[in-house]
Amino acid sequence: MKKALLVLTLLLATLTKAQEYFPVNTGVKTSKNTMVAFKNATIYVNSDKILKKATLLIKDGKIVSIGKSVKIPEGTPSVDLSGKIIYPSFIDIYSDFGINKPKRDFSRGRRPQYDAERKGYYWNDHIRPETSSHSLFKFDPKKSKEYLKAGFGTVNIHSQDGIMRGSGMLVSLNPNSNNAYRILDDNSGQYLSFSKSVKSRQSYPTSRMGAIALLRQTYLDANWYANGKMKNKDLSLDALNKNKNESQIFETGSHIDAVRADKVGDEFGIQYTIVGSGDEFERIQDIKNTNAKFIIPINFRVAYDVADPLLTQHVDLSEMRKWNQEPSNLSVLSNNEITFALTTHKLKSISSFHKNLRKAIKYGFNKKNALAALTSIPAEILGNDKIGNLNVGSYANFIITSGDVFDSKTTIHENWVQGDRNVINDMNIKDITGDYILSVNDQKYNLSITGKGAKQRGNLTIGDEKIKSTFSFKNNWVSITVNNNSTYTRILGKISYSSNEINGTAFDSAGNQTSWTATKIVKEEEKKKKFTNDKENKIVLHPVSFPNIGFGNFTQPKQQTILVKNTTVWTSEAEGILRNTDVLLKNGKIVQIGSNLIDKKALVIDGKGKHLTAGIVDEHSHIAASAINEGGHNSTAEVTIEDVVDPTDINIYRNLSGGTTSIQILHGSANPIGGRSAIIKLKWGENAENLIYDNSPKFIKFALGENVKQSRSNTSYRFPQTRMGVEQVFTDYFQRAKEYDLIKKSGQPYRKDLEMETLAEILNKERFISCHSYVQSEINMLMKVAEKFNFNVNTFTHILEGYKVADKMKEHGVGGSTFSDWWAYKYEVNDAIPYNAAIMHNAGVTVAINSDDREMSRRLNQEAAKTVKYGGMSELEAWKMVTINPAKLLHIDNRVGSIKVGKDADVVIWSDHPLSIYAKAEKTIIEGKIYFDIKDDERKRTAIKLEKAKLINLMLKDKMGGGKTQLPKKRKDRNFHCDTKEI
Amino acid sequence: MRKIIYSLMFLLIVVDISAQQTPAKKQTEPISIEGATAHLGNGEIIENSLIMFSNGKIIFVGSSKTKIARVGKIIMASGQHIYPGFIAANSTLGLVEIDAVKASSDVRETGIMNPHIRSVIAYNAESKVVESMRPNGVLMAQITPRGGTISGTSSVVQLDAWNWEDASIKNDDAIHINWPSSFTNGRWWLGEDPALKPDKNYLKKTEEITSFFKNAKQYQNKKNPVKNLPFSSTKGLFLGSQKLFIHASGQREITDAVHMATDLGINNLVLVNGHEAEKVSDLLVKHNISVVLERPHRNPESEDHAYDYTYTIAKTLTDLGILVGIGMEGQMERMNTRNLPFYAGTFAAHGLDKEDAVKLITNNAAKILGIDNKVGTLEVGKDATLFISKGDALDMRGNVLTEAFIQGRNISLESHQTKLWKRYSNKFKSE
Repeated sequence: MKKALLVLTLLLATLTKAQEYFPVNTGVKTSKNTMVAFKNATIYVNSDKILKKATLLIKDGKIVSIGKSVKIPEGTPSVDLSGKIIYPSFIDIYSDFGINKPKRDFSRGRRPQYDAERKGYYWNDHIRPETSSHSLFKFDPKKSKEYLKAGFGTVNIHSQDGIMRGSGMLVSLNPNSNNAYRILDDNSGQYLSFSKSVKSRQSYPTSRMGAIALLRQTYLDANWYANGKMKNKDLSLDALNKNKNESQIFETGSHIDAVRADKVGDEFGIQYTIVGSGDEFERIQDIKNTNAKFIIPINFRVAYDVADPLLTQHVDLSEMRKWNQEPSNLSVLSNNEITFALTTHKLKSISSFHKNLRKAIKYGFNKKNALAALTSIPAEILGNDKIGNLNVGSYANFIITSGDVFDSKTTIHENWVQGDRNVINDMNIKDITGDYILSVNDQKYNLSITGKGAKQRGNLTIGDEKIKSTFSFKNNWVSITVNNNSTYTRILGKISYSSNEINGTAFDSAGNQTSWTATKIVKEEEKKKKFTNDKENKIVLHPVSFPNIGFGNFTQPKQQTILVKNTTVWTSEAEGILRNTDVLLKNGKIVQIGSNLIDKKALVIDGKGKHLTAGIVDEHSHIAASAINEGGHNSTAEVTIEDVVDPTDINIYRNLSGGTTSIQILHGSANPIGGRSAIIKLKWGENAENLIYDNSPKFIKFALGENVKQSRSNTSYRFPQTRMGVEQVFTDYFQRAKEYDLIKKSGQPYRKDLEMETLAEILNKERFISCHSYVQSEINMLMKVAEKFNFNVNTFTHILEGYKVADKMKEHGVGGSTFSDWWAYKYEVNDAIPYNAAIMHNAGVTVAINSDDREMSRRLNQEAAKTVKYGGMSELEAWKMVTINPAKLLHIDNRVGSIKVGKDADVVIWSDHPLSIYAKAEKTIIEGKIYFDIKDDERKRTAIKLEKAKLINLMLKDKMGGGKTQLPKKRKDRNFHCDTKEI
Repeated sequence: MRKIIYSLMFLLIVVDISAQQTPAKKQTEPISIEGATAHLGNGEIIENSLIMFSNGKIIFVGSSKTKIARVGKIIMASGQHIYPGFIAANSTLGLVEIDAVKASSDVRETGIMNPHIRSVIAYNAESKVVESMRPNGVLMAQITPRGGTISGTSSVVQLDAWNWEDASIKNDDAIHINWPSSFTNGRWWLGEDPALKPDKNYLKKTEEITSFFKNAKQYQNKKNPVKNLPFSSTKGLFLGSQKLFIHASGQREITDAVHMATDLGINNLVLVNGHEAEKVSDLLVKHNISVVLERPHRNPESEDHAYDYTYTIAKTLTDLGILVGIGMEGQMERMNTRNLPFYAGTFAAHGLDKEDAVKLITNNAAKILGIDNKVGTLEVGKDATLFISKGDALDMRGNVLTEAFIQGRNISLESHQTKLWKRYSNKFKSE
């Protein structure tokens, strides 16, 4: 009777809700009494606080009382939950539940679009902070059931589209309610990413660095707008300012992006909560240093199907390692005390969530933290104390389980959302799985019961022989019909809750009744088997290297005192070549050059027969960056490569193997005014920030000619289309920058414009131009434009017709950084000649030989040698073209570029004459640390081979064990040049 | 009359501006080169050598201590080096003048099975790029069409000629097939991972090739077939008079391609690129297949590859008993063909014996292209196609040519580029 009452109450509770002030025309208005008590349960009030044998009392969708001695008002229906556990239901903080994924419109052709499509909003369509989730939301009953099954009660949703994506909404997953009740917060957080909106074809930004610059400019403009300085209405900036105090949640695609996002936030006093990517373990210290809270997906990749060795050989070690290491991400985050929430984001299906989470737990993630990451932490991030806990006053959002929710054997019985009951697996059905000895009529059978809930099924055997039988399990009654040689015995019995025995009555074929029992076998063997299984499944976790790819460093090289004895030293200074000379490196500097030097603590290297030079400096490189061109506008002075330095690029290591130690990562040549440079040292294994020079000289890339005119595009209409137009672009921007700078310096209020700030730095001689250039007319033009604005061009890079105007270059005071022998690849290099460097040098121009090519940059010594062949340079001068000369052009010659006491210990030891094709870099040293050693390189090769073999074995084992696999993939080789465009 | 003079003047000016060097005249007097270190191209060196040639053919190779009368003009070259002219295999010289100018390109015909497409007739003997080869010792090249599955038929030329007929050393030496890759790109625009993945259509693509050659073979046996240009152009493959150059890199692809060919009785095979040739060396040795390697100056394909991955392959394959040459296919391949000596030098720097490295671009290349009866080594009876360099021609430091000869003709080492060099050097000197 009591039970019937309960069912009725629960039914009432789940009837369609009607708001209390809404008129009713279908009958009389009734009020509901929906109080329910849950008794004798183990209750997790939150991840820290556990109550045993406690009672939870709920009413009207809220918790009214909880504790060990709760007074239950008379007449309150109650549920006995002995042996069961109540948890606060889970929160998915990062979801697009109920919001249709916006689709890209392919119908409008390939013509680039420069202007925004919308009016009244920000100038860039990818900034959409005014988007409200509420207007896009439609409850998805099917998906909600998947969520409920996995124990989720609340999701926090937003439209995952654009760089600024708008505000979120917190929604209950209650299929029996309506939005009036489900929407817990219609303005929960503001969302951001680096990815463009698919709703607009506006070109800018085409790159990661453009997205970063756009974020900065938007924040600046929002501030200007907030101060009432803008004349127009801007709904985007309005919304951005309005939601300023909400949680700011930023989705990133890698640990490197996480650090980039955090840096932008820091600049504007915003601490983003960062949606990670699952690779945080690769640079955990950097992740920790962000001080951000994280939201972490757990879409672990499945193993590669490595059965075919021909396919498998194309899978990089880094990819295999990720498969091995990813499941440890949560424990690494948690061991480093990083606060994070979990999400089903990126999972193909929510049903795999628990499987992956259990894997993470197996890899050392603590269950208590797992619960917090699904309850209190997301609640805290959203600033909502009514969810994620079972405190009095909180929503009655909880799950009832048969045991530890993170155990694979546990069943989630019910998921209550706002006081509404959702049955997942009926808890009144007892779990009777196991092996039994069934005795009936002096016959013993083995009964094996498997399955879950109402789907539990039993099989009978005698010894190895299978006995024909039917089995049913309904309302806790077991019914078995045994067909033993066409004599039928019917067995019936009710399950009792406490014992390991089932018994009841049996009816034999003669119609006689007897009693029967089935006794559960607790196997010793099983325990033993499990134990050996565990041993077999012992986790083999491969260590992380920096970066986490083949040839990465497991430990970073240490700064050493190094004494190179009796070697041939190419000073790149007035001293020229010194023979039989010693060089002492200490504290990262060159401290002594001479003979018979002694340092007892030093690592002594015998330099006999070898050559020692300064590390090679490459003025024009595009390695070690995640983006090279921001081609969305004809001027992009606001972007900087420093934002997108990528320390994981294998080309850093390969450049070291060719003796290169410093490079300028230049923006590409997509536009006349390109982006700012990053000048870095190739300290393999360090993070992006540590690669960039301290107090780095400021540079920007300009470009001329065919690339900026977009000569080879069929769809281009961007200004400029001619060299005539290029001049006007420069004149226009410099004129505007001049006016901008005047207002700024006058102390008047001004709209801070990052592009103008950069250009003003050029006018103020604080930033230097390295300009991509080919033909003499344009070279001459840029010098004249610069002179008109009273500054000098610092460097012409490529400068293939520099030899035609070398006298003018000398007079202007600009340097040239050129290729040794490239030509004929486009019309404007028809007159490019390999004698260019020699002619410019002879005319008094500072000349460097550069690469613009990740392959050439690992043998720039040979390219320098070509200037001897073509044009008869002396070998001394030729060597300077890849050391001190580019260092001068980059304004780092006070630190690097020559062997001189006091300079950085950036040194290469060569096996042979450094200009010879037979020379190999044996050691490449930066600031006294050996970053490349030809012997160590051999060791690394062997280690890669061995580690791959081990991982392949692990994958095979995983596959044999029934694990899912994916086809091998070959990572596409990245090759950035000047004209490389990103998607 | 005046008009004619003006026209002539105009013509002269135009000729001067486009700046091609005039091809050298036929050898009229014998030449003796004495005192140089001779790199014969077959692995041997003669220090202090004497090389004599007459009427375009080499008539003496030996030590300068040999008591023999020096004939004709004597060039003293002690301290210098003499090499057979270098040969660039799998090149596209003269088929494109400027990479980015479509109108200047004749390298890629439309269509898939194009064995009948012949490169030689499009070879521009007056290309400015071609003349820039000679100052580095690159004197001969295989001119190869690109594109399609069967891209066409190549020919071998020497690089100092008035026209393509004049240039030809061997017409229609080989047919080139680009074997499909077993990998394909993910379609990122459909939201796929852009990484390469196994190509489901690989089998189908290879079957199409097999079926083409099967039909081509049947065609050769028909008595009066309806003329089919592609099929009839493959005749030499089945007779063994023409080579099939298989452009393939992976172990699977190489194996499939070689089986396809040998099953059909096409036995005169050369593998081009062959990144994984090492892994199928037994197959290559068994079928006597030589390999034209890709330029070593390129990046290793995988981040797990050693930095010198592309530098050591020549040594590896040579040690396995495979005949190896160097091809040019790749980025900016035409202008980079002048770096051929340095590609060989790179292989020498990374394990290969220096004279073996010279062989890659002399005798080996000649054998691979089937012209070793005429060129490739400094041997009596062969063409006097050779050059003198101040130093080691495989090293940038030494590759400075003083004289070069093609078929005994003393060719110009000037070019459009040297002209500009001199013009502007003089401009600044005189100012």
